Amino acid sequence: MSFSKFSKFIFNRNVQGTFYQAITLILVILAIFYIVQNTAENMVARGLASGFHFLGVESQFDIGMTLIDYSPTSSYFDAFIVGLLNTLLVAGIGIFFATIIGFTVGIMRLSSNWLIAKIAEAYIEIIRNIPLLLQIFFWYFAVLRALPKPKESLEFMDSVFLNNRGLFIPDPIFNEGSTIIFYLFWLTIAISIFIFIWAKRRQNRTGLTFPAFYVSAAIIIGVFIAALTATGFPISFEIPELKGFNYRGGMKLIPELVALTFALSMYTASFIAEVVRAGILAVSKGQTEAARSVGLKEGLVLRLIIIPQALRVIVPPLTNQFLNLTKNSSLAAAIAYPDLVLVFAGTALMQTGQAIEIIGMVMGVYLFLSLFTSVLMNLFNRMMKVGER
Amino acid sequence: MSDVSKKIEPPVIEIGILGWIRKNLFSTWYNTVLSLLGLYFLYIIIPPLLSWIFFDATFSGSTREDCTSSGACWVFIKQNMKLIIYGLYPSDELWRINIAYFLLTVSIIYLLIPNLKYKGGVGIFLLVIFPIICVFLFSGGLGLENVETRLWGGLFLTLVIAGVGIVLSLPIGILLALGRRSKLPVVSLLSTIFIEIWRGVPLITVLFMASNMFPLFMPEGVNFDKLIRALIGVMFFSAAYLAEVVRGGLQAMPKGQYEASQAAGLTYWRMMALVILPQSLKMVIPAIIGSFIAVFKDTTLVLIIGLFDFLGIIQFVGTNPDWLGFSHEGYVFAAAIFWVFCFGMSRYSQRLEKKLDTGQ
Repeated sequence: MSFSKFSKFIFNRNVQGTFYQAITLILVILAIFYIVQNTAENMVARGLASGFHFLGVESQFDIGMTLIDYSPTSSYFDAFIVGLLNTLLVAGIGIFFATIIGFTVGIMRLSSNWLIAKIAEAYIEIIRNIPLLLQIFFWYFAVLRALPKPKESLEFMDSVFLNNRGLFIPDPIFNEGSTIIFYLFWLTIAISIFIFIWAKRRQNRTGLTFPAFYVSAAIIIGVFIAALTATGFPISFEIPELKGFNYRGGMKLIPELVALTFALSMYTASFIAEVVRAGILAVSKGQTEAARSVGLKEGLVLRLIIIPQALRVIVPPLTNQFLNLTKNSSLAAAIAYPDLVLVFAGTALMQTGQAIEIIGMVMGVYLFLSLFTSVLMNLFNRMMKVGER
Repeated sequence: MSDVSKKIEPPVIEIGILGWIRKNLFSTWYNTVLSLLGLYFLYIIIPPLLSWIFFDATFSGSTREDCTSSGACWVFIKQNMKLIIYGLYPSDELWRINIAYFLLTVSIIYLLIPNLKYKGGVGIFLLVIFPIICVFLFSGGLGLENVETRLWGGLFLTLVIAGVGIVLSLPIGILLALGRRSKLPVVSLLSTIFIEIWRGVPLITVLFMASNMFPLFMPEGVNFDKLIRALIGVMFFSAAYLAEVVRGGLQAMPKGQYEASQAAGLTYWRMMALVILPQSLKMVIPAIIGSFIAVFKDTTLVLIIGLFDFLGIIQFVGTNPDWLGFSHEGYVFAAAIFWVFCFGMSRYSQRLEKKLDTGQ
């Protein structure tokens, strides 16, 4: 009798489950304990102190491109911020261009024009089957390094110059009185948001439409121009000029940044194009036909029926691509663009030897970005969920 | 009456090639503009590219002095071919790599020919036995001379890393996916954390971690080879991505399959191995191959931690003083090789997708 009780106990699903979980947990804890103990011993042996005290220490290295004030006397924490900002900068610019190229190519791919569709398809198939790092090397070493010297720069409209020292663009200068224009600009944006909400409510209540887009565009642009004229054009542009062997003035984008932006946006665009194409194809043809048959004009069919439904499919994978682009920007380390990985996990790690803290911080930044994006996406999906009957 | 019954041929410009061109390229005024722009675009891109790659290029010779034409200097690639394919592997031992290349090529060709028997056997050979043979062939042992991994390089190293990343990450990925879907809260939580951490960080930080932190984790005296550390990083990284792909397949399985196998009295592992996994893996084969393509492209990143893979060797031979200034040739060659591999894999997966589509 006791044996059957025992076997009943052993083969009980809950008991088995608890047993397996306990074993897993113990193994994982043992592994972590083992690693932690080894690490502690190794760190003592190498004379490393654990902890984040090193962040306040003078870094003693310079960084080629900084968005905030930074010098070799700044702390390691400042270096971290500089790297982080450089990463976010290249990711931001990359996302902007990747979205534009990606949407263009994706729509081209669906064109009824055979040639255009094939060109888009060739672009996608070529670019996304070549490793990104190779493309970065190509743009950096084979294209930008091979550009002419500053004296023979490529010029666009006498204000943008491209040469082997980088890309030189006009730099906006904000003189006295320009702050008021900024305030007015934000104010008009707020007003137009209000107009949109009001127009939507009125349409829901009465069915009357209001040209909210045109009105708010007119308000924003009109107020902006009026304010510029009234304050006597306080915003001007400083145009780069050739002085000696290089350009002075204006805004200089280092070649590493330009190469990285080119490669990242072209590479990610090939994926975004496929996302866009899938999204548009996902809207069933019946939707278009039904919209036409209730008498909507072609533009309205696109704006009210196809785009909102396609966006619901496009946005989640699109944000995923944005995230991929941000993570891929870490390849900057290979061409010495001073991003988070190069500055912090490279130089700072070499100097301090604080491998665990530094790599933990760098991974933490990327993990935070990933989790933040997925939280946003879950919110988006909840908002956009189709009301099922 | 006879006039009406006479068959009227459609106008010439509506049928045949002319009709096709009219319909697909010049149907409206803006399509005409777009087509002309497209043609112009192709005109400025294609002819110069072709003449650089083929017509004006130099194919024969042995030094850079032979490259006098305006086109590409493929002599550069030809002279460095041994480095590019084998890395610094000792010349006397190259036959070992050649055997592996040969076995790999033969098995892949066998798998690609339709309607042959024993494909499953060849697949298992490729995934299980072939890697074991390779370990001995490449690193030595069983009477073969030891070859240090720092001499490994070139296309050979790229294929080794991609191969390890692909072969070892699949079982780990499947286990992780099962773990994440498990009803046991501890197992599911641990798998989820593991997967999300690896997926949330870029591969570079993983490789930095592998080269800087792994040595700290091990007891004194235990020192892993740099290549093995990188391989472990690549393996876990791709396993996490595969786990999510496999989980997609598991989720797509109808609940009835689980219930039916439980009703038939199968234990968890039997149910998974015999009923659920075969069906759900089949469903996600295209996505798995997509992951493999990503791993293959990502292997290039190991050059950042100082391993000379295919791209790394091309960078390296480009810095040779005898061959300075030929980086274009190097990159175009590397791009072509990578493209052939990746495009081939993606086409194969599309074919499989059609073939496996049982029309459910």
